[in-house]
Amino acid sequence: MRVRFWGTRGSIPVALTAADIRDKVAQALFRADGRRFASVGEAYAFAVKELDFSLSHTFGGHSPCVELESGTDEYFVCDMGSGARPFGAHVLARQSGRPARINVFMSHVHWDHIMGFPFFGPAYVPGTHIRIHGCHDVVEHAFRLQQAPPCFPVEFSQLAADIEFVTLAPGRAHEISGVRVTPAQQMHSGDSFGYRFEVGGKSVVYTTDSEHKLENRAQTERFVRFFQEADLVVFDAMYSLADAISVKADWGHSSNIIGVELCQMARAKHLVLFHHEPAYDDDAIEGILRETRRFEELTRGTQPLQVSAAFDGLEVDV
Amino acid sequence: MSLTHSLFENALVLAPTGRLDHDNCEAFREDLAPHLEGAAKDGTSIVLDLSRLEYVSSAGLRCFMLAAKQAKAQNSRIVIAAMQPVVSEIFQIARFNLVFEAYPKVRDALAALSPAAVAAFDRG
Repeated sequence: MRVRFWGTRGSIPVALTAADIRDKVAQALFRADGRRFASVGEAYAFAVKELDFSLSHTFGGHSPCVELESGTDEYFVCDMGSGARPFGAHVLARQSGRPARINVFMSHVHWDHIMGFPFFGPAYVPGTHIRIHGCHDVVEHAFRLQQAPPCFPVEFSQLAADIEFVTLAPGRAHEISGVRVTPAQQMHSGDSFGYRFEVGGKSVVYTTDSEHKLENRAQTERFVRFFQEADLVVFDAMYSLADAISVKADWGHSSNIIGVELCQMARAKHLVLFHHEPAYDDDAIEGILRETRRFEELTRGTQPLQVSAAFDGLEVDV
Repeated sequence: MSLTHSLFENALVLAPTGRLDHDNCEAFREDLAPHLEGAAKDGTSIVLDLSRLEYVSSAGLRCFMLAAKQAKAQNSRIVIAAMQPVVSEIFQIARFNLVFEAYPKVRDALAALSPAAVAAFDRG
C-alpha cells in the first residue's frame, strides 16, 4: 500500500503568508553563506540536504484527506477535508477522462473533514462512482447540508457523479473492493471513527479526532488491539499531553506522547503525527517531531517505532 | 513503586521510587491521597522529590496533574524537585514544564515554598 497525504492540518486549513515565505527565503540565503550554485538543481540539492525541513518545506495547509493506494483500480481515501481538492485534481489527471470509482471513509462530519467535497472535481464528472462510507447516520445529511443554499452555489443534487452513502458497523471487518476495512468508535464530540485497512498482509490505521482517556484502561486495551502490529498509524497528535489532559480535556484530540505509547504497546511499526494544531508554524511542528522521536528513544522496548510528521504531499509505502 | 514522606515544618516532601506507569499509577494515587488530604487540613505545601523516579508514563503524569489540581483547589501547592534527566526530558516533551514549578534540588524547592521549611531542612 502507498499512503499519500493530501491534507494534514486539523480544524481549519492554514496557508503560509507572504511574510512566512520571505522569512524562509531570507534564512535559506543566510544559511547558504555566499555559496554559489551552478544550476537550480544544485540549489535544490542544497535546500533538501542541508536545510531543516521546516525551512525548505512546509507541513501545510489542507484539512484532513489521506489516500491509500491499495493496488486495485479503485481509489480509497479517508475524509474529505480541503485536501480533497488537490486529491480530486490528482484523480482527474490520472484517469485521463475515464470515470473513477472512489471509496471515501469518513471519520466524522465536522466541517474540517467535509469542506473539500464541494471542490472535489470527480464529483462533477458523469460516470464517476463515489461511495461514501461512514458509521454515523448523519453523513449524507451533512454532505447535502454544506452544499445547500445559501452556503454554496452548487447543490449536492446537481453533482454529476453517482454518489452512494454506505453505513458501516463499527467493531467488525468489512470487505470493500479487495480491502478489509474495520472501523472503530472513538471519543470525540458526536463520536468519530477510526479505520484499519488491511490488504496483502499490510495494515494501515487512520485514527484522527480521537481523545484517549488515560484512566480508561479498557479503552486503552481496545485501541492497542485496533493498532496491533500495524505497519502505519496515522494519529491525531494535535495537542501536548499537558494540554490534552487539562485545559483541552474533552476537546476530542490526543497528543504525541499517547501516540507513541499506544503504538509501542501495539508493536506498531510507524507512527505518523497528524491533524496538526493550526496555531503551530513549521518550526513548532518540526520541534514536536524531534521531541517525539526522542520520547520514542527514551521509552523504546525491544522494537523501534519509526516516527514521522505528516505533511501535505507526504507519501509512505508500507 | 514506593512513596516515602518527610515533613519540614509546613512543607511535606514526597519521594516516589522506581517507575510510574499504567500498571501502578492507581496504586500511586491511592498512596498520594492521604498526603493531599493532610496537606489541605494542615495548610502544608508539597514537594515531589523525583530524584528516585526512574521513569514516568502518560498515566503517571496524569497522576501528577490530578494531584496539582486537587492541591490548588485546597489552597495548597505542589512543586517538583530533583528530576532525573530522563524524567526531566519527558516533562519537557509533554509540556509539563509549563504546568509545574520545578527545582534542581529539594532544598531549592523548599526555599521557594517557605523560609521555615528550608530552615528545618538545613537543620536536618
